[in-house]
Amino acid sequence: MNAGDSPSVELGFAAHRAPAPVHGLILAGGASSRMKRDKAALEYEGKNQLDRCYALLSRHLARVYVSVRESQVRDTARVRYPLIVDAVAGEGPIVGIRSAMAAHKDAAWLVLACDLPFLTDAALEQLLAERDPTALATAFRSAHDGLPEPLCAVWEPAAAAALAAYQATGASCPRKFLMRHAARLLEPRDRRALDNVNTPEEYDRALLSLESPPMQLKVQYYALMREQAGRSEETVETSAVTPGDLYSELQARYGFTLSREQLKVAVNSEFAPWSRRLAAGDAVVFIPPVAGG
Amino acid sequence: MRFRFSQRPIDTESARRELADLGAGGYVSFEGWVRDFNEGREVTRLEYEAFQELAVKEGERILAEAAARFPIKHALCIHRIGSLALADMAVWVGVSAAHRGEAFDACRFIIDEVKHRVPIWKKEHYRDGDSGWVNCERCAAAPHAHDHAHDAA
Repeated sequence: MNAGDSPSVELGFAAHRAPAPVHGLILAGGASSRMKRDKAALEYEGKNQLDRCYALLSRHLARVYVSVRESQVRDTARVRYPLIVDAVAGEGPIVGIRSAMAAHKDAAWLVLACDLPFLTDAALEQLLAERDPTALATAFRSAHDGLPEPLCAVWEPAAAAALAAYQATGASCPRKFLMRHAARLLEPRDRRALDNVNTPEEYDRALLSLESPPMQLKVQYYALMREQAGRSEETVETSAVTPGDLYSELQARYGFTLSREQLKVAVNSEFAPWSRRLAAGDAVVFIPPVAGG
Repeated sequence: MRFRFSQRPIDTESARRELADLGAGGYVSFEGWVRDFNEGREVTRLEYEAFQELAVKEGERILAEAAARFPIKHALCIHRIGSLALADMAVWVGVSAAHRGEAFDACRFIIDEVKHRVPIWKKEHYRDGDSGWVNCERCAAAPHAHDHAHDAA
């Protein structure tokens, strides 16, 4: 609130203060160390990820900025966008988030990492509709591990001071910050939307997955997994490229307690590698630890 | 060299006859029985289920491996599925060979491999009313290593 606010407004602020406007922030200043290529420049469906991400956010928010390091301000992929250059010391996404907060103190920020190629309009709509402006942030809960996803989240102005104090302790992980502070966590309706791409292998799989239309597979469940799924077989409509992708999807749906490392997989009644390319009509069986005899 | 499942009690006499061979000087069999305890808990009954299509293939591969490793005449493995009571026979392995040594070795090989490789699952029901899938529940829930970027882009 600025200095011109009347005392009566201040008295009633808890109940009447309007939520801060939300701006978009795309984090495109990372080192992409595991990808070994600039993740913002990776192309999906003929467009680089920064352009896709910017277009997506711009459909929901009037003002969208790209967070960069000083050394990137003339980079051709980034230069066409409104930039916020890192202005606080340190490493990692917390620097980009704090720099944006410092540049626009009264704004909330919908922060997006540049490595979420499956993110959809529906996911952003859910995030904005279920935003809780009284929390320090509103974030999705990961379908994989139940932890908050800090890089597809709305960060409120009130988080600025807490983030500064957090970074002053030597910490820098925004996920751990959200686990320790008052964040509102949402269950993502589209679980795949938050799958991120960090390595060349994940990029290859994401490309295949985006290109391949959803297909139907037959999945059979046995033993513990049959009980946890509540069924012995079903037809699944999926964009999963490999049995590994399919297991992640079904584990999120049914809460299977067995980790992928404990399982084997069979496709069309024969053992198959987790990296096998699935085809429409394949019959997939996940094989829990066996106990014959 | 055959592997098969049975919904009914295993007929060991007829199974044994399948191994007959004039060149066989000996025959060894192994029977697995349902016992009343496991890992410190009192067991009252078992349920077996199998992914039969793959299990038969894998079982027959094991028998073929046994025949390649040991000079045997015939081998057969029959595994129960369904609900079993204490003392019921869960699995039967029989091997005939010219000499006893190969028959013992092959029989041991087959039962060990079947227990480790064939997609068969066993649910134990305990005296206290609890139940659990063997090898699946006590060591389950290993933490899922999800690798989310902490580098921003």
